[in-house]
Amino acid sequence: MLLRHTTKEIMERSALTVNPAKTCQPVGAMYASLGIHGCLPHSHGSQGCYAYHRTALTRHYKEPVIAATSAFTEGASVFGGQANLLQAIDNIFAVYNPDVIAVHTTCLSETIGDDIPQIINKAKADGKIPDGKYVIHANTPSYVGSHITGFSNMTKAMVDYFSSQNGPKQKTINLIPGYVEPSDMSEIKRIAREMGISSLMFPDTSQVLNGPMTGHYQMFPAGGSKIKDLQSTGNSLGTIAMGRMASLAAARALDAKCKVPYEMIDLPIGLQATDIFVDSLRKMAGVNVPESLSIERGQLLDVITDMQQYFFGKRVALVGDPDQVLALTKFLVSIDMYPVYIVTGSAAGKKYQKALEEATKDIPHEVKIKVGGDMLLLHQWIKNLSVDLLIGNTYVKYIAKDEDIPFIRFGFPILDRIGHSYFPTVGYKGGLRLVEKILDAVLDRKDRDSTDINFELVL
Amino acid sequence: MADRNQQQEVVMSLDEQNPETVKADLLRRYPIKIARKRSKQIVVNKVGACDDVPQISSNVRTIPGLIGQRGCCYAGCKGVVLGPTRDIINITHGPIGCGFYSWLTRRNQTDPDSSEDKHNFIPYCFSTDMQDEEIIFGGERKLRKAIQEAYDNFKPKAIAVFATCPVGLIGDDIHSVCREMKEKLGINVFGFSCEGYKGVSQSAGHHIANNQIFKHVVGLDDTVREGEYKVNLLGEYNIGGDAFEIDRIFKKCGISIVSTYSGNSSIDDFSNSHTADLNLIMCHRSINYVAEMMDKKYGIPWIKINFIGAEATAKSLRKIAGYFNDQKLIDRVEQVIAEELPEVKKAYLEIRPRTEGKKVMLFVGGSRAHHYQELFNELGMKILSAGYEFAHRDDYEGRKVIPSIKVDADSRNIEELEVTPDPGKYSPRKSPEEMNALENQGIKFSDYEGMMPAMKDGTLIIDDISQFETDAMIEIFKPDIFCAGIKEKYSVQKHGIPLKQLHSYDYGGPYAGFKGAINFYKEIDRMVNSKVWGYIKAPWEKNPELTATYAWG
Ligand code: SF4
Ligand code: SF4
Repeated sequence: MLLRHTTKEIMERSALTVNPAKTCQPVGAMYASLGIHGCLPHSHGSQGCYAYHRTALTRHYKEPVIAATSAFTEGASVFGGQANLLQAIDNIFAVYNPDVIAVHTTCLSETIGDDIPQIINKAKADGKIPDGKYVIHANTPSYVGSHITGFSNMTKAMVDYFSSQNGPKQKTINLIPGYVEPSDMSEIKRIAREMGISSLMFPDTSQVLNGPMTGHYQMFPAGGSKIKDLQSTGNSLGTIAMGRMASLAAARALDAKCKVPYEMIDLPIGLQATDIFVDSLRKMAGVNVPESLSIERGQLLDVITDMQQYFFGKRVALVGDPDQVLALTKFLVSIDMYPVYIVTGSAAGKKYQKALEEATKDIPHEVKIKVGGDMLLLHQWIKNLSVDLLIGNTYVKYIAKDEDIPFIRFGFPILDRIGHSYFPTVGYKGGLRLVEKILDAVLDRKDRDSTDINFELVL
Repeated sequence: MADRNQQQEVVMSLDEQNPETVKADLLRRYPIKIARKRSKQIVVNKVGACDDVPQISSNVRTIPGLIGQRGCCYAGCKGVVLGPTRDIINITHGPIGCGFYSWLTRRNQTDPDSSEDKHNFIPYCFSTDMQDEEIIFGGERKLRKAIQEAYDNFKPKAIAVFATCPVGLIGDDIHSVCREMKEKLGINVFGFSCEGYKGVSQSAGHHIANNQIFKHVVGLDDTVREGEYKVNLLGEYNIGGDAFEIDRIFKKCGISIVSTYSGNSSIDDFSNSHTADLNLIMCHRSINYVAEMMDKKYGIPWIKINFIGAEATAKSLRKIAGYFNDQKLIDRVEQVIAEELPEVKKAYLEIRPRTEGKKVMLFVGGSRAHHYQELFNELGMKILSAGYEFAHRDDYEGRKVIPSIKVDADSRNIEELEVTPDPGKYSPRKSPEEMNALENQGIKFSDYEGMMPAMKDGTLIIDDISQFETDAMIEIFKPDIFCAGIKEKYSVQKHGIPLKQLHSYDYGGPYAGFKGAINFYKEIDRMVNSKVWGYIKAPWEKNPELTATYAWG
């Protein structure tokens, strides 16, 4: 037994988190920053934080994740980190020469109360920021929210620092993809392109964290939202923001700053959420949905209807980040599966909890939901009454192995498999991939558990 | 084995380059102040008559913005030293991140079924997940409650608390909370003030971990266990099962391990470890403090050993046998070496023609950049450059330089425990005469010769290498293999050069001992001779011209 101390008996816990289903703000901010072309994320704190955040992202993507740190020592922790940040800015431009430095704070610099805009202004005044280069920032105290909050804050910072109404309205639509994989970002852009829509996406980590092997290491790879595109987001027709927790703040800020109206939708995971995405795009841009997308939609639906018998009634336990979990729950319910245990690590609020309850209200089983929970609790629920399928990040494999439950990796971090960087789970194509994964897991188990007598060739 | 004489030939050229010119190239891009500082951390090696080597600046502050690979004090304390102990509930007191990142990420294998109670908390992450309320009003209440909840849920025999950056700033007194809960729960509860900003790297955390374990655990259990030739194995963290392989060899030789610090360890072993008769140090950097303190308090001498490399393993075993100076053990050790070594030799002789002369660089940790050179030498590979992330001068130049190391402000903040002989338990394991005699036989006590004396003249020694220097070294020398950690792995590989992780072993191992050496030879053979690096250029890039048949016209 791996998790040998996990008991069936559930005791009230209010102070101790065991096996968290979330992590801290800065790693999300770092991920978002990597979605700006030519950007070096910078962690304003002691070096342990950036070492951990780079490591986490590197293990998840199996790609270089480069970032810098203010490297606080005890002295900086007492007197504040201004000198360290100024020195860092100087060194970074001299040695690595990025277009943008995106500073995020840490618990340490937040507790001290360093005023980052003031330090950036000082750097500017001291001539430490070369012409045409930028230093932006987001406050990301880890004792508030989670990595999703950090992602959201840095995405909003892109609006705060860059977006402007600097020309006539363009027939362009802004896409804020939420905390999704580089593959998902490509897929969201492709769908817009397929519809003949010109779009600006931010952040955009495609071709940053799934770059090719060329024999030449480039610290600043080809991908990422370009500064001039970020600047012109203020001229777009509208914004489609995906995943409330990750994207709403930026969409709102852009509306307030540049009067760009936004549509707030779920992450386009599964058939219906993708329908909503495509329909929003269609309406906002005033275009028709091309045949090619209708075919993709039809293919996904075809597989779902053909294989419905294997989805029906399967009890699923699901753990992850709020935006993903909500979209996925709705998708599972829509194909007749029963997501009965749902845990998010981030505390996403009462309204969010209501949305999950609403989505699962017709399931004819007891549904347990914990928004702001941990994996120990999820495991304890399973010990009391098991499920047919587990969905979550790599850490869930410990539960899956102990309880012998089929398991699909989904979310952050995935440390032991590849695929998430290259194959999307959003859009109709992504829906197909999800459905394939679910069927593989469920049917492999059926094959494994069949007796010699009832083992089947055709399923 | 690699021919030492051939290795020692004095050349001040490095792979046909002048190392001084290379050094200048590495520094050229830097602002003047940075160049000055880095130039003391980049040294061209030269080994003098009494193994004296040039001075290298190390264990100094990380330069903001330069991008290196170091971690923090918390990582060294909670992650490295205490992480591998299975039966303590380690609670991270702080916001969620620090605990999350150090959860199961260090591959410390453990065998819980080998202890009576079978406790194993390694697969769990415990955190107080501090919120802004606690930052404003203090986190002691939540910590107290978290300890209680850990106890109620899991009934462990010990709980340890680790402070992260904000904890020190808001002034939570974790030690008084621990004392209080220890009294209340009747189990061992102790804390580590290992806030990430302390010191200049994870090294400070190693020291703090050593201190607290020594203060709160070592010496609690005086039971004298059965077994002959009792040793502790210090600074062996059982990555990929290294400690299991060493265990296997020790068992064969009849050497008993009282406690390993801290691979596959139990807190019960630590409490009892003062009953051993010799301390063996693998990773000098992370654990020498405990060895020094045990020597002073209990009279247990320590020697440096190294089980990375077949020859080094044999040599270390002979040292141990020499110390106990008992013919039965000496014979047994010789027999084991005679049994095991032929297979190892066969392995590297078979592989060596494919690895001979290939170029290696190693930048990792606080001891592995040295230890792993043994294995590469056995494969006939050429080490061009090496360095540590967080080592001190003694790890580079040897312990003989310790008296000349200036203690700076960052190190002064790390407590040095005052240790005196224990009135009841101090008992020198050897008399001064015996120690002298052993020294004369070549067994050096409390000594580590460092990495640089073992390296060729002209090699480049680079402390706390930066990303910029890493990329430059690769461009200049095009090594065949680069050894470092996860953060460097994929940038190096984008250059088209395989990177061997020497922290996590790329999820392989063990590499220690005799069987481990064979694993490593095979691994390196696989890496430097793989076809997969050869496909970078597509056919149309190799031959861009169109053939006449298909061209327009
Ligand atoms: S929780 Fe805070 S101190 Fe810990 S890694 Fe995250 S930012 Fe750093
Ligand atoms: S050498 Fe590496 S594994 Fe050993 S303590 Fe030092 S860093 Fe850790």
